[in-house]
Amino acid sequence: MFDKSLKELASSLASKDFSSVELTQAYLDRAKELNTSINAFVTIDEEQSLAQARSADQKIAQGNIQALTGIPIAHKDIWCAKGWMTTCGSKMLQNFKAPYNAHIIDRFNTAGSIIQGKTNMDEFAMGSSNETSFFGHVKNPWDSSRVPGGSSGGSAAAVAARMTPAATGTDTGGSIRQPAALCGISGLKPTYGLVSRYGMIAFASSLDQGGPMARSAEDLAILTEVMVDYDMRDSTSLKRDPVNYSANLETSIAGIKIGLPKEYFSDEVSPDVQKAVASAIGEYKKLGAEIVDVSLPTSPLSVAAYYVIAPAEASSNLSRFDGVRYGHRAKEYKDLNEMYAKTRAEGFGAEVKRRILIGTYVLSHGYYDAYYIKAQKIRRLISQDFAQAFEKCDLILSPTAPGTAFGIGEKASDPVQMYLSDIFTIAANLAGLPAMSIPCGLDDANLPIGLQLIGNYFDEARMLNAAHMYQKATDWHLKQAPLK
Amino acid sequence: MEWEIVIGIETHAQLSTESKIFSGASTNFGADPNVNACEVDIALPGVLPVLNKKAVEKAIQFGIATGARVNRQSIFARKNYFYPDLPKGYQISQFENPVVEGGEIKISVDGEEKIIRLTRAHLEEDAGKSLHEDFVGMSGIDLNRAGTPLLEIVSEPDMRSAREAVEYARHLHTLVQWIGVCDGNMQEGNFRCDANVSVRKKGEKEFGTRREIKNLNSFRFLQQAIEFEAQWQIEQIEDGHKIIQATVLFDPDSGETRLMRTKEDAHDYRYFPDPDLLPLNIDEKWFTSVEQAMPELPLAKIERYVKDLGLSAIDAQSMVASKGISDFFESAISQIPESETRKISKLVANWINGDLAAALNKEQVELVDSPVTAKMIGDLAQRIADNTLSSKLAKQVFEGLWNGSGSVDEIIEKEGLKQLSDSSELETFADQVIAANPQQAEDFRGGKEKALNALVGQMMKLTKGKANPAQVNEILRKKLA
Repeated sequence: MFDKSLKELASSLASKDFSSVELTQAYLDRAKELNTSINAFVTIDEEQSLAQARSADQKIAQGNIQALTGIPIAHKDIWCAKGWMTTCGSKMLQNFKAPYNAHIIDRFNTAGSIIQGKTNMDEFAMGSSNETSFFGHVKNPWDSSRVPGGSSGGSAAAVAARMTPAATGTDTGGSIRQPAALCGISGLKPTYGLVSRYGMIAFASSLDQGGPMARSAEDLAILTEVMVDYDMRDSTSLKRDPVNYSANLETSIAGIKIGLPKEYFSDEVSPDVQKAVASAIGEYKKLGAEIVDVSLPTSPLSVAAYYVIAPAEASSNLSRFDGVRYGHRAKEYKDLNEMYAKTRAEGFGAEVKRRILIGTYVLSHGYYDAYYIKAQKIRRLISQDFAQAFEKCDLILSPTAPGTAFGIGEKASDPVQMYLSDIFTIAANLAGLPAMSIPCGLDDANLPIGLQLIGNYFDEARMLNAAHMYQKATDWHLKQAPLK
Repeated sequence: MEWEIVIGIETHAQLSTESKIFSGASTNFGADPNVNACEVDIALPGVLPVLNKKAVEKAIQFGIATGARVNRQSIFARKNYFYPDLPKGYQISQFENPVVEGGEIKISVDGEEKIIRLTRAHLEEDAGKSLHEDFVGMSGIDLNRAGTPLLEIVSEPDMRSAREAVEYARHLHTLVQWIGVCDGNMQEGNFRCDANVSVRKKGEKEFGTRREIKNLNSFRFLQQAIEFEAQWQIEQIEDGHKIIQATVLFDPDSGETRLMRTKEDAHDYRYFPDPDLLPLNIDEKWFTSVEQAMPELPLAKIERYVKDLGLSAIDAQSMVASKGISDFFESAISQIPESETRKISKLVANWINGDLAAALNKEQVELVDSPVTAKMIGDLAQRIADNTLSSKLAKQVFEGLWNGSGSVDEIIEKEGLKQLSDSSELETFADQVIAANPQQAEDFRGGKEKALNALVGQMMKLTKGKANPAQVNEILRKKLA
C-alpha cells in the first residue's frame, strides 16, 4: 500500500482492493508514528480526514471517480483549508483556523483527494532548512541529524518517509526543489501564474508559486493537472487551455536539446553532486538527447537580487499580522504602538524579522533606487539570459543544490551560507520559469542528490516527459530512506 | 504689506460602484459594522485583490471630462503604514504612474473666469473606520468602508483665495455628479477635500511653506478653514516666525485649525508596485467604449442649447446648473415637435427659472420631488405658444398643477381658462365696447394712441381676461380705422 503510485492507488480504490478509509487510516497511522521523530506534520486531524475518506468511499461506490478520489494528500501549512489550522510555521498564526479554502484546496477537493494533514515548513516559507519553524525543525528521513531542506521541508520529508502518497509545496526561491533534492523525491515549480496563489499565505508575491511534491514524475503530472487552473481571484493567474500533463510522458525524447549552463557547474558544487549530475547527463545522451553548452551570465547576481526583492515584498505582505483582527496578540501593552511592537516581536521568529528589516530598509526613501530598482533590473537581465539560452536548447539541466542535506544547526547561524544553498534554484523564480528537481544519485553518506530541469514558459509537459523517461531508465527515484 | 494666498486642493471622491475596488463586497452605506467586509477586506492571510473594472471606467470618464490624459498604462502601488483600520498594513493606491494626468476645471468668481489646472487623479482604496466613542478602554474597528473605491483628484496650487477654492470644489463636485462617477454626498464623506495653504508677499515668485488642512467635508468648512489658516500664517510671519510644513485639522466648533503632525514625523510610506496586481492597461477599444457612453458635458450642452434651441447664453447656463435641472429641461422639451422647439424651449427655460424655481424655493421642495413634472412644464409652454393660454392664465394653470388638480389640459378645461381667440366672438365684444365708450373711440380716431388702451382694458374685463390681448388690439384698430 505504501509503495503504490497515485495511478496504482486510484486503480486499487476503484477495484475495491481497499477503501479510502482504510488507505487514509493506514497513512495517518504511519504518519503519526513517524512524526514523533521526523516532525513533518504540524497538524493531523484524523476526524476531518476520515470524514472526507468516508464520503470518498461513497462516491467510489457510486462510480463517481475523479483523478484522486479517495487518495490522501498532505498540504504545506501555507495553504488555507477551511476548518483546518493554518499556521504557516509561525507562532503568529498558531491558533489560526482558516475560514476559507485556497483555490488549490478547492481543486483537490473537486479531484476527490483527502486532506491528510498540514505539513511543517520554515516560518512564512523563509528558510532553506526547515529550522525556522515555530513548531520545531523537521528531520531528514535519510539521516535524522540532517535537515530536509526548506521551506517545504515537511512535505518533502513526509513524501520521502512514505508518510503520505504525495504533497503540495510552494516555491519562492527553491522551496519545492531544494527540499525535494535533499529528501530524494520529485518536485515541480510550474510557470509563475499557472497555479493560483489565492489562499496561499504570501511570502514574496511576484515569486511565490505552488506546486506538487511526489515520488515520481508520473505522480507529479497527475498532481500538476489538478493544481494548474485559471482563478479569477488571483490577478496574476493565467488563462490558458487545460493541458493533459500525463499524455506525453512516454514520448521519446530523442533529439531534444538539453543545455548545460556553465555557471551552474562551478567548484561550489560538491564532487559527489558533480559526479551524479554527470552520470545523469550520460543517461540523457543514451536517451537520444543532444547536450549543448549555454550561458546564464547574470545568474551569479541572482541570490543578491532575490534577497532584495523577496524581503521587500515580504516586509509589506507580513504587515497584516498586526494582532488586530486575528492571530497572535501580545497580552499586555500600554498603547497601540506597543501592541504592534510586542505582538510582532513575540509572534515572528528571527529569520522572519531579519527579512522584514531587510525589506523595510531596501524600500525606504533614499535606498529604493539603489536596491529595489537595481534588483528589478537584474531580474530582467536574468530573464533575458534564459530567453537567449532557450534559443539554443529545449531544457536546461543543472544540479538542484550545490550539496546534499546538511547537518541541523550547521548553517543556522550563518544566513548567507544558508541563502547560498538556493543558488541554482532562485533564477527560475526571478524569471518565472518552470523548474523541477528529480533524484539522480546518492552521495558517499547515502544522501540523495537532486537534478534540476528548467523549462521554457509553459513547457511543463516536456519537462515531465524528460523526467519520466529518465525515471524509466534509472531507479534513483525508487530509492527509499532507510527507515525501519 | 499685501499678501497672496496660494491654495491647492486634494479631493477624495468616492466612486459610485456597487462593489469595492478590489473585492466583491458591497459598498452600501449604513450597514452594521463589518457586515460589508469580506475576506479580502479584512485581509485574511492568503487573500488577493482583483481590480473592479467599473472603478477604472469612472476614472477614465473623469479624465475625459476634464480634458486630461488618460494613461494607457498605470501602476498600482502599496503605501505602507500601520493603523488598526488599515487591515493589510498598506493601502493600495497609485504613485508613480496614475491613471489620469493633467486636465483642468473652469471656475468663475464675480463673473471672472479662471482655469484651475489639475495635476493628476489616481485610483485607491479607502480605509476602514476606528470607533472610539462606544467602547471603554478600547476602540472598535468597522471595515465596511475598507476597500471602497476612491478617486484622489489633485489640483495645481492655482487658487488665490478661499472663495476660489470653494468655487473650484463646487465645480468639481458638480462635475463628478454630472458624469455619474460620484454621488457627491458630503455628509457621508463621499466627497472630501484637503487644502494645501501657503502665503507669500504679493509679487514673490517662490511659494511659501504650506500646511495641509485635512478632511474638509463641507464647502463652508473649506472656506472657513482656509480663511483662518491663511490669516494665521500671515500673522505668524508678520510676528517674525517661520511656517513649518505640517498637517493640520480644522475644528468647526472653534473655527480654528490645529496641528496634527509636522513633516519630521511624517511617514516613509515605502511605496512600491503592488506585485499582486498587474499594470492597469487601457486599450483603445475599452477607452472608446467608455468615451462613447459619456454623458454630454455642461459646456457642450450650453453650446447646443444656444445654437439649436435658441436660448440666450445666460438661460443656457442656468439650464446646466446641475444635472438635475438639465435632465428636467430636456425632458420638458422632449415631446415638442421640432418645428416649435426654438420657440418653446425659451418658454420652458423661463418657466423653470421663474415660477417653478420660485415655488420650489418657497415650499422648500427639491426639483426631483416637484409636483409639477417636466412634462407638465412642456405642455404648459405649448399651450402658451399656441395661444390657448395667456401668460396670466398660464400662472393660474401652474397653480393648479402645483396643487395636483390634474394635467394642463384638464385644468384649462375644468376651470374654463381657455383664451378667447374666436374672431367673430371677439368682434361682437369689440362692437359692444366701442358703442359703450364713444368718447375714447372718438379720441383714438383723432390720433390719441393711448385711448386704445382703455378700450382694450374694457375688452379684457368683458371677457374676464380670457381674450388674447394682441388679437383684441388688432380687432379694435381695424374697427376704428
